[in-house]
Amino acid sequence: MIKLFDGFLNNHPELKRFLKDKISITALIVLIVLYAAILFADFFAVYDKDYSNRKLSYAPPSNVYFIDKDGKLTKPYTYNWIREFNKDTLNIEYKQDRSQKHYLKFFKKGFEYKFLGLFRCSRHFVGVDNGGELYLLGLDINGRDNFSRILYGGQISLTIGFLALFISFPIGLLYGGISGYLGGAVDMLMMRFAEAIMSIPSFYLLIILAAILPSGMTSAQRFALITVILAFIGWAGFARVVRGMVLSIKTQDYVKAAVVSGCSRARIIIKHILPQTSSYVIIAVALSIPSYILAESGLSFLGLGIQQPDASWGNMLKEAQEFANIVYRPWLLTPGFLIFIAVLSYNLIGDTIRDILDPKSKITG
Amino acid sequence: MSIWVFIFKRIMQSLPILVMVSIISFFLIRLSPVDPLAELKLNPSISKETLEHEKQRLGLDKPVYVQYVCWAKNFIKGDMGISVTGEKVSSKIKERLFNTLLLSFSVLFWTWAIGIPIGVIAALNYRSIYDRLLTLFSSIGMAIPSFFFAILLLIFAQKTGWFPIGGLTSSSFYSMTILEKFLDVLHHLFLPTLVLTTISLAGLSRQMRANLLDVLDSDYVKFARARGLMENKVIIKHALRNAINPLVTLLGFEFAGLLSGAALTEYVFQYPGLGRLILEAVLKSDINLVMASLMIGSFMLVLGNILADILLKLTDPRVKVG
Repeated sequence: MIKLFDGFLNNHPELKRFLKDKISITALIVLIVLYAAILFADFFAVYDKDYSNRKLSYAPPSNVYFIDKDGKLTKPYTYNWIREFNKDTLNIEYKQDRSQKHYLKFFKKGFEYKFLGLFRCSRHFVGVDNGGELYLLGLDINGRDNFSRILYGGQISLTIGFLALFISFPIGLLYGGISGYLGGAVDMLMMRFAEAIMSIPSFYLLIILAAILPSGMTSAQRFALITVILAFIGWAGFARVVRGMVLSIKTQDYVKAAVVSGCSRARIIIKHILPQTSSYVIIAVALSIPSYILAESGLSFLGLGIQQPDASWGNMLKEAQEFANIVYRPWLLTPGFLIFIAVLSYNLIGDTIRDILDPKSKITG
Repeated sequence: MSIWVFIFKRIMQSLPILVMVSIISFFLIRLSPVDPLAELKLNPSISKETLEHEKQRLGLDKPVYVQYVCWAKNFIKGDMGISVTGEKVSSKIKERLFNTLLLSFSVLFWTWAIGIPIGVIAALNYRSIYDRLLTLFSSIGMAIPSFFFAILLLIFAQKTGWFPIGGLTSSSFYSMTILEKFLDVLHHLFLPTLVLTTISLAGLSRQMRANLLDVLDSDYVKFARARGLMENKVIIKHALRNAINPLVTLLGFEFAGLLSGAALTEYVFQYPGLGRLILEAVLKSDINLVMASLMIGSFMLVLGNILADILLKLTDPRVKVG
């Protein structure tokens, strides 16, 4: 098996170089962990999407103890929070209910869900004894478990960029291909249109498009439309570069040979010309996923993207707009760090891919 | 070709783009189900006559392409209608536009002042520890979501009290002397500039490094070295000048990125710029204001690109109108 893998790697020197790069491997592992977490979000989540504990809004993260009062190592346990009103400071305070320990249990039964959408299951990675509450990253204003919502939010924040790419890149490729290959007046018109789209500051366009979405859509519809909007912003710049490449590719002899042998234009563009742009496309894809992730989070942060009660990392950060929250409830900032980590990992991987596929580029390395 | 012909040609090239931008944005907004006067009608302080005047001005009773022509004519004359609050859109935009330009130029200045030396140092110490550190820091800088970074800085400002929180001027601004006013604005500009500079610094310094490496590899630099010129002279006189040229083209793109990127930062810092204006307008569905700021934003972007091209033409005589 290992031999087979080695043989495969020897046939693909680029892949081998990628796997040798320590930074990009670390980044890849981080991404795999993140994506595994959101793929099995139901399994890792402690509470379901609709859970909310109104009595504990803004309660801090539960402390998990491994060592008991006598200094002995025990099974991990936690205490519940009790909400108290402090008459002197006029603040609501949370205190631990030290009267009862609640032990953590792994692979415990909890709420029921469909495992990978295939079969019913109710086992969860971690849970607590009956009556116990476990909030690994605290609660938000509505008493919803931050940890579970981060998992569900990641499902949106980390996939929307990919989906938008699947729309914008084929469009950009075809658009650039047709424009470059046909040339002349068609090229002129198509490029002026693309340039017009590029001349609108992209974030302005983004918020306007998001704002004219009719209200009262289901969350699935909204998700789909936000994806389309993100794609609509991204295709023009890409199409322009592809067109430039096509201009030079179409003068090559093999393309002329294809023309002489009677291939249709569509076939020449799709089968003969566009595949030549593949290394650029791979680099561009790798480097543009982060910008889509950032765009979605920015949009949701402003309240124009994914709407409550659905979670996305951007709209969870919306709470960080309040001063009291960022100063006294720093756990609400976790999604921001996760966006940072995901984007950083994508950037590092993208840099390595570019260095490998485009050795002339000296942007890094 | 003289520089004036170049400028003229470049401007003529941009006109159709601006027309197309206006068509795209007009139809995007008009095709949405929002009634452009809905918010105005809800505002009791706006009189019936004003409403009627707006209806006439926008030609709302006529077909949509006539409306476009109407709107475009008014726009060119500088009449952009009134906003939901009853103010003139044009005066509102004027004020905000200046603030956004102030922020953008301050960011551009710092990005170039810091980014170029960093890129040069990294290229001259190719593959050394400085170089690796630059790559690492620029990756980090590029990955921080601007609004998140802005929030973190706000916490910092709040905890230390060293920086004002939000706005462009203090409440006592009007009673200050000129020097105090100047310092006050600088003080307020610091944090938004820091956020945007950090983010655009990464791209610029990387590009500078890559360009300089390319140039250092070229034959004429090798030749200059072979002739026994001093290394400093080779780098400063021969290599650097050519390495900076491609960055001038980037200037236009950078400006575009700044306009977009600044919107979120302006929002978090409550900075009175164009980005926040358009955001507020969008949230209030203030159609006149949205249309006008979208057009002004695009106009600035196109203008920025033209200026960058002219600058490039001045520094590099080989450039022709494409």
